[in-house]
Amino acid sequence: MTVSSTESPTQRPPLADPFPEGSVAAVEQAADGHTVLTVDRSHLLDVLRRLREKPELACDLLADVCGVDYPDREQRFDVVYHLGSLEHGHRFRVKVPLGEDDPVVPSAVGIWKAADWFEREAFDMFGIRFQGHPDLRRILTHEAFHGHPLRKDYDPSQRWLLTEKDTMAPRWATEDQPDDEHMDTVVLNLGPSHPATHGTLRTVVRLDGEHIVKAECEIGYLHRCFEKMSETHGWQQVIPYTDRLNYCSSMINGVGFALTVEKMLGIEAPPRAQVVRVILSELSRIMDHAVCLGANLVDLGALTNFWYFFQIREEIYGLLEKCAGGRLTVSYARIGGLAHDVPADFEDEVRKLLDSIPKFLDDVETLVTTNRIFRDRTEGVGVISGEEALAWGWTGPCLRASGIPYDVRKAHPYMGYENYDFEVPVATTGDTYARYLVRMEEMRQSLRIVRQALDNLPDGPVITDDHHVALPPKEKVYTEMESLIWHFKLIFEGIPVPAGEAYGFTEGANGELGYYVVSDGGGKPHRIKVRPPCFAIYQAFPKILEGLMIPDAIAILGSLNIIAGELDR
Amino acid sequence: MRQPDGSSSFLTTRVDAMLGWVRKNSLWPLPFGTACCAIEFMSVVSSHYDLSRFGAEVVRFSPRQADLMIVAGTITDKMAPVVKRIYEQMAEPRYVISMGACACTGGFYRAYHVVQGVDEFIPVDVYVPGCPPTPEALMHGILKLQDMIQNGETQHDRLKHGKPDTTATAG
Repeated sequence: MTVSSTESPTQRPPLADPFPEGSVAAVEQAADGHTVLTVDRSHLLDVLRRLREKPELACDLLADVCGVDYPDREQRFDVVYHLGSLEHGHRFRVKVPLGEDDPVVPSAVGIWKAADWFEREAFDMFGIRFQGHPDLRRILTHEAFHGHPLRKDYDPSQRWLLTEKDTMAPRWATEDQPDDEHMDTVVLNLGPSHPATHGTLRTVVRLDGEHIVKAECEIGYLHRCFEKMSETHGWQQVIPYTDRLNYCSSMINGVGFALTVEKMLGIEAPPRAQVVRVILSELSRIMDHAVCLGANLVDLGALTNFWYFFQIREEIYGLLEKCAGGRLTVSYARIGGLAHDVPADFEDEVRKLLDSIPKFLDDVETLVTTNRIFRDRTEGVGVISGEEALAWGWTGPCLRASGIPYDVRKAHPYMGYENYDFEVPVATTGDTYARYLVRMEEMRQSLRIVRQALDNLPDGPVITDDHHVALPPKEKVYTEMESLIWHFKLIFEGIPVPAGEAYGFTEGANGELGYYVVSDGGGKPHRIKVRPPCFAIYQAFPKILEGLMIPDAIAILGSLNIIAGELDR
Repeated sequence: MRQPDGSSSFLTTRVDAMLGWVRKNSLWPLPFGTACCAIEFMSVVSSHYDLSRFGAEVVRFSPRQADLMIVAGTITDKMAPVVKRIYEQMAEPRYVISMGACACTGGFYRAYHVVQGVDEFIPVDVYVPGCPPTPEALMHGILKLQDMIQNGETQHDRLKHGKPDTTATAG
């Protein structure tokens, strides 16, 4: 075992050789604070199991499983597992190199349930086969699709047509059931165009009377190739694409991506940019929770609250439009800072929001929180235990509603979150009502953060003056030779992100939003893998549904806040 | 019409002008919302922008009860058959507004799983550009469609009655 170490920003995990001799080919302490283990596939399950079960490692969160293609390497693919321990706070990255002719690894579904959909995605995108996976089929692309689109030799514009004959129905839905002739069970399809799915989600359920006995989700109806597109664009050009992941809170996505690339470049945004990012991210979190709760309540028949929540959104839109020019998709973050400074009346505008938003929240609380009908429909509905939720890879408000106080802003502070005084709301019952309560309280906590940030908003530039990264000011480009050259180089060659990789994660509105970024030193990303929080959450949805009724399914789905843009990318 | 002396008179018009006037002021939209544009569509029907001022707020998710499909968001190859089937389930006359860059042209997703404009498989009356379009732009699109319905210039008129092709762009 060779250990090459650099000083890491997060806690160093104990590596007192918990793995059997020869099972781990290399251990490296990466600059992003992760411990990177390279493992041969024959030892993979053993190593993963030890990572999960050894008390000193205790990696209870499988954040992501993804593939990476290195066409010039002898062993062309890497399968990468991102693991985290909530108890110890350390992070592991396990890599398994695979050859092109035999891309097979054992499935980790038996260790973490969360592996299920992530492995299907790696199969779909790279053709990596996971031995022992219960249902290894395409997940994002459609059934008439050929090839594996994220392989480097796949042409980005090569489309395959799906005709109306092909419908992605689960196999069990078309199988004959012995009871079917007596109409004892009925298969019901919800979505992908259905008023209560708020997007492109599809769930197929088998009903016995009114009770759901089996359910399955089909996703990918909004798979618009974010990861492939980001490989064909420059680093800064990826930011507009990130906006459209979770479009309800686009600012948070752009900031998360910028932070990850800044980590690879070894730079930091100036203090003013950091604070503005915090303010706008927290307001975006409020917007996201507002649309989630508003839509959830509409589905349960409470229309008035939707207007209240959308009024909150409209007022925040007004501020974002003044800052960035766009209402919904802001593209305001940049690698190294922000696109430009906030307007002169920024402080006044934010203070107006701080006054007006609580009134709308109070109105909603008065109407809903103790409302008998709402409580009857949500209390005890869609219960998931903390342990179970974590095994499925849940993070964010949904996990906190099940009693686990994991919040990236507290556990791994970034952008100075450690300096703000705020609470992480936690509920214990893990039901739909708990998720409502957690989101309501989080909005108030976000307002607290905004108020503190605004009181300490420093003056100064909003983007780094490192001209390897940020364009020089326009007036200098027109008057100084050197700035003109920097401008030219940045536009034509892109940002020289050093070859390497990093996993950056922030607290998105739905949970841990991770970016696994690989650079080959060129002007474009080699690979960007997004770890979308609702991907992990949605895969547990069919299991939660079993034994419940259709109206419960609607109530639960709304409370999980599945955003198709982020789910399908 | 009521005369100043209290007696009533009548109004003459053509049947199709009358029908056009009725249809344009009672559009029932089916929001085929898939992505970011759907969130802006929600803004358009909410309190601040209030689409009901133009007689088009009765949003119906059942295609058989709607006559205006607003395609709001990216349509992927996986979704395309669903869009087509829902369009075909709508009663005639039916109209389509393509909201946003993705629905119009595929937007900046020039990629392996994205339909490069819904007019690949359904006829579109009004294209509303923007990523996403502002609520005002969508309203402009609906007003434009109302004019087209009044004047008999929609894709429905072209396909059923052989009128010339006059798609519009709003925003």
